[in-house]
Amino acid sequence: MNIVVLIKFVPDLVEDLEIDASTSLLDRSFLRLIPNELDEHALEEAILLKERLGGTVTAITVDFGDVDETLFTAVAKGTDRVVKITGEDFSQGVSNEKLAAIFQGVLADLPCDLILTGTQAVDDLDGFVGALLAERLGLPYVGYVTKIDVQDGKLVARKEYPGGLNADIEISGPAVLGIQAAEKPPRYVVTSKVMEAMKKASIDEQEAGEASVEAELPVQRMSLPETGARAEMIEGSAADVAAALLKLFRERGVLA
Amino acid sequence: MSDIWVVIEILRGEVKEISYTMLAAGRQLADGLKGKLSALLIGHNAQALASTLGAADRVLCVDHADLAEFNPEAYLRVTTAALQEHSPRLVLFGHTAIGTDLACGAACRLKWPVATSCRTFAAAGGELRYSSLTCGGKIIAEGPIPEPNCLATVMPGGYKAEAGKVNKTPAVETLSPPALDGVRTRFKQYIEPPAGDVDIAKQPILVSVGRGIQNKDNVALVEGLAKALGGVVSGSRPVIDQEWLPTTRLVGKSGKQVKPKLYLAVGISGAPEHLEGVPEAELMVAINTDAKAPIFDVAHFGTTCDALKLVPALTAQIQ
Repeated sequence: MNIVVLIKFVPDLVEDLEIDASTSLLDRSFLRLIPNELDEHALEEAILLKERLGGTVTAITVDFGDVDETLFTAVAKGTDRVVKITGEDFSQGVSNEKLAAIFQGVLADLPCDLILTGTQAVDDLDGFVGALLAERLGLPYVGYVTKIDVQDGKLVARKEYPGGLNADIEISGPAVLGIQAAEKPPRYVVTSKVMEAMKKASIDEQEAGEASVEAELPVQRMSLPETGARAEMIEGSAADVAAALLKLFRERGVLA
Repeated sequence: MSDIWVVIEILRGEVKEISYTMLAAGRQLADGLKGKLSALLIGHNAQALASTLGAADRVLCVDHADLAEFNPEAYLRVTTAALQEHSPRLVLFGHTAIGTDLACGAACRLKWPVATSCRTFAAAGGELRYSSLTCGGKIIAEGPIPEPNCLATVMPGGYKAEAGKVNKTPAVETLSPPALDGVRTRFKQYIEPPAGDVDIAKQPILVSVGRGIQNKDNVALVEGLAKALGGVVSGSRPVIDQEWLPTTRLVGKSGKQVKPKLYLAVGISGAPEHLEGVPEAELMVAINTDAKAPIFDVAHFGTTCDALKLVPALTAQIQ
């Protein structure tokens, strides 16, 4: 099975996010971009499938800036081919509608049996890339997938519902699946393996084609949530805070 | 057009709570625009559920044996056909495993824009606006809802589901489904949640761990605290995905909704998907070194004390 994995870069939420006063949008000047966590799960699921069923894995991202290390890490994990889409400074942010259009252009020349990406990305606002792309390619889409199997020549995607309930959805032919979690936590590779991949493998660069977007969602203004009903903060050393919490639990009848 | 539509979400024959949240939102918007509120009910032998959707002016039922359970491609075909024909101003879907599959696919097929993870909407002077929560709840994004048609996915929190439960009988109409031959997806079976573990939804004391706990070994620390408190350990998504805790312990959108007397959140940032699972803890206390973590906006008490020091200290003091 030949699998393509799409990787999007998103703001690292561990860092402080600021609003640019002149645009009223997210200040991207000092933003640290990291690969979207669920896309890393998508890559893991692709490699697990390859190990089980054979075939190839191709990972594609657009040039969000510092993406080479992520692509070489993908190679070190077992990805056969890595592609970087260039042509614009995507680090300034790109809507999912446009990203789907760009991926569509690249996938036109890249036949495959299965396309995987994270169900969603932390900075999504105008739809999910995988679902938008599937429709552009005329393929079925299933999101929130936590396991993929092949039975009687057909894909079976395990879709996650609330409360621990799952459903198996059978799919005929190629599809785009949005991954919520890989069957196993994404594997870790040591730096030496990544360095080795940097020496041996190369990144295919491909120019982004004309990306036609027909329906765009306007984002006028961003803000940090108001902290109205904020928690009452307890300060002090670990022992002080522990004593305060113990007192609180007793007052509230949580502890006898 | 000033009509608002809500795509009702059913799972195993039950109307999901998010449907009523959407009806509450939709009712306000339809009244604001002086339009009508319609509920689209897709399923098989599900018409009886229409009587629970009284917040809508009318319920449009689409019935077909192939629609008995959620089938992504079949449901998408039914939804887009109905929207194409009726062209409502705004269509609300749940920001859920079902709703997002449909909304994103329909947006692309119809060439209508879609706004995801919306919390609130406003209708003023004939103009509609959305407000959406993104970046793990750390950013609010706002903008106008483009004319003439738009789709949106709705998260809980902005509207009370109770307001969408109206004891009134809506008009019920039947829409015939489009041809469903050649559909490439098929519902095969449900996989039941694993049994045998404690039910965290019924526990009065939960000590819940998040990514901030750093590694699996530290989960044992938290287990010690939970035991001392007479409670059990639960967790947020990253902890479950790392297999530090079994899936039965997952609190949040894709896990369980809990309502403990004490919810002690250790190293949990408080992304919206997690907070969906704790709508009504009697007492919520958050431990997180990031003073800006959204969890502090919902917790009653908080501290930025290092959990790896505080948890053993608290355990020792209780004992």
